[in-house]
Amino acid sequence: MTDVKELIQAKVKCIGAKREALMPILQAIVEEKNYLNEEDMIQVAEALDLSTADVYGTATFYTFLDTVPRGKYVIRVCKTISCHMAGKDEIVDTLKDLLKVDLGETTPDKNFTLMQANCMGWCHKGPVMLVNDDIYTELTKDKVIKIIHDYMGS
Amino acid sequence: MGKFEVNLKINNIPVTVEEGTTILDAAKKLNFRIPTLCHHSDLCVAGNCRVCVVEQKGAKALPAACATPVSEGMDISTNSAQVRTARRHVIELLLSEHRSECTSCYKNGKCELQDLANEYRVNETTFMKLVENKGYTIDDFSPSIIKDDSKCIRCQRCVRTCTEMQSVSALAVVNKGEHQKIATFMNKPMHSVVCTNCGQCVTHCPTGALIEKNYIDQVWDVINNPELHVVVQTAPAVRIGLGESLDLSPGNRVTGKMVSALRRLGFDSVLDTDFTADLTILEEGTELLTRLKKALVDKDTETALPMTTSCSPGWVKFIEHKYPELLPNVSTCKSPQQMFGALAKTFYAQKKGLKAEKVVSISIMPCTAKKYEANRPEMRDSGFQDVDYVLTTRELAMMIRQAGIEFASLPNEKYDSIMGDSSGAAVIFGATGGVMEAALRTAYEIVTGREVPFENLDILPVRGLEGVKEAKVLIENVKPEWGFLEGAELSCAIAHGLANAKILMDKVKSGEMSYHFIEIMACPGGCLGGGGQPIPVNNEIREARMKAIYEEDSSLKIRKSHENPEVIALYEQFLGEPLGHKSHELLHTHYTGRKKY
Ligand code: SF4
Ligand code: SF4
Ligand code: SF4
Ligand code: FES
Ligand code: FES
Repeated sequence: MTDVKELIQAKVKCIGAKREALMPILQAIVEEKNYLNEEDMIQVAEALDLSTADVYGTATFYTFLDTVPRGKYVIRVCKTISCHMAGKDEIVDTLKDLLKVDLGETTPDKNFTLMQANCMGWCHKGPVMLVNDDIYTELTKDKVIKIIHDYMGS
Repeated sequence: MGKFEVNLKINNIPVTVEEGTTILDAAKKLNFRIPTLCHHSDLCVAGNCRVCVVEQKGAKALPAACATPVSEGMDISTNSAQVRTARRHVIELLLSEHRSECTSCYKNGKCELQDLANEYRVNETTFMKLVENKGYTIDDFSPSIIKDDSKCIRCQRCVRTCTEMQSVSALAVVNKGEHQKIATFMNKPMHSVVCTNCGQCVTHCPTGALIEKNYIDQVWDVINNPELHVVVQTAPAVRIGLGESLDLSPGNRVTGKMVSALRRLGFDSVLDTDFTADLTILEEGTELLTRLKKALVDKDTETALPMTTSCSPGWVKFIEHKYPELLPNVSTCKSPQQMFGALAKTFYAQKKGLKAEKVVSISIMPCTAKKYEANRPEMRDSGFQDVDYVLTTRELAMMIRQAGIEFASLPNEKYDSIMGDSSGAAVIFGATGGVMEAALRTAYEIVTGREVPFENLDILPVRGLEGVKEAKVLIENVKPEWGFLEGAELSCAIAHGLANAKILMDKVKSGEMSYHFIEIMACPGGCLGGGGQPIPVNNEIREARMKAIYEEDSSLKIRKSHENPEVIALYEQFLGEPLGHKSHELLHTHYTGRKKY
């Protein structure tokens, strides 16, 4: 476990303790440990002298800043209109079937979390999904099964 | 240095206004009202609700009047068919996510959204109703405030109030899109976060989403119970605000009518918080002088200066959270409400030959934080909860309506005795600077034997709506026992609204400024602008209420706390002397440091 306090201090040292530092710090924490918990957000508030509600508001605005624990692999299927029309529902159903979880849930082995997200800028190649930072485009049912099996194997 | 002038037409009428004026204000100048929801003159522009749209000739989109400054040659229409349709759709969209149950809503009849729905004759079926799918929550755990998300239109007035006016930021906008809502940190109940219970968000919320927790039924119950002796106390600022909730214009002094109304509601004794405001001055004034003596003469390094006031429970909770290290600086005096409560079940009960457990003490306050204060575990020094129920000015108005009392034609009646006497100094507790002025009127006289050197006792530098005020009073020709103060200059500061309090306290904390005595009121304007006062509120209304308070002060024969005859008698018959043993037991308290974030 990394020490979030140290991480925050290091960030503050290089970018300062102004409000602008909020996003980079939150991103750094999520990068490090996948999500932000209550204690993390309190520490960020303290470091930047912001209210905790303010930090929480910012964290919950961005889909990529999670405030609940997530699995090792976070799958985000694009739900915006192009991907929707290109058949994202089938992709979501396939994933639900495969992982035996609903949207927003994490598998019991804590390996996968299934979520939806807004447009990722790959509209011309929908439907698309992200697994952590990796993008998968022009998905089909078979492609999804293969991708997930690869992750399960790894 | 005149600003540039801009010429435009609104509804075909030419008008000239200063550059930078919004379309909204320009229209107001011509007596055209444009509806608003997210706009509030106390707050920065948000421009998020779009109900104020107008038509601008030549422009494609409809600009939001509250957020668009005028420009030369503009041709605006505030009431075209297109405008009306757009506004109606805005309201209908808001209502599609709104639990519109007006008949059982606390804000029924006093709701800006309801007014607009009525004005625009909205159609229930234009948009699909989404309320069922929203999973709205209601937070009614706080003793002061209820937050009901199903009534929220996300105008963010509360968020801006809590941040800009109060620098608390207990509320924020969380999530986005269809899930957006107003929440505390981690959606915790309001009573468990840094919220001060000041209620400014309540007085700025246009709907029923943020309301005071009301105790009207509980109060009717005790009134109707013949076994109980129910005493009621009324805070200074209620008498100059109450009329607004009963169809009178701001700035009406209704002290006498209020007393009659309370009697007609069935209270057994109608008494005055002003009595204990005067008492507070004696206790707090003596505390200040004692602290000065300890610090200046005894060179006691433990004695904390400046001393700050403690009568605003929103301020007390704020400092407990934000500056726990400065808690020794807060006067140990309980607020007038709590001094009253502690005496009601001891001194008053004894004098009247009543059993303390049969006395119920109710207070009428301009404040929601007072509800929290009355529930603090420290506030039980009489052996019972000292103040049983706290009603806001608004709740009292509601009871008066329920009782069918025609307020405007009531006779003026006088407070009961004992604990009903008031000085002008106590009345001005209701305005920012008032406690300072009252304290100076008394402390100066204790030390010098002469009246404060201000014409008519009016200490003008401490009055008014400026955010942070300062005053210096030179103390000369003192009585022998106060020799150590000879030639000293008492340095005072005053802040109202917690954002101003923060500015002031940061300077005190950093050592940039040093004072002897600081008055802080959590609400802008002081109690007259409190979170329990009639809605709406803005600076014009605050000014009107303030004027009424100072008129009330001038109209009274006794204008200094130490001359209140009932207070003098209280010391003779019961308390002994200020800061004496009994006072310590009943009238003083301690504070608790709380989490900062
Ligand atoms: S908030 Fe206003 S519109 Fe909504 S139910 Fe209450 S009174 Fe009606
Ligand atoms: S709680 Fe009231 S003030 Fe706050 S966003 Fe909702 S409707 Fe607006
Ligand atoms: S009561 Fe005061 S401190 Fe609490 S949320 Fe409302 S404005 Fe903020
Ligand atoms: S719509 Fe899916 S990536 Fe843009
Ligand atoms: S009042 Fe103008 S956008 Fe809300």
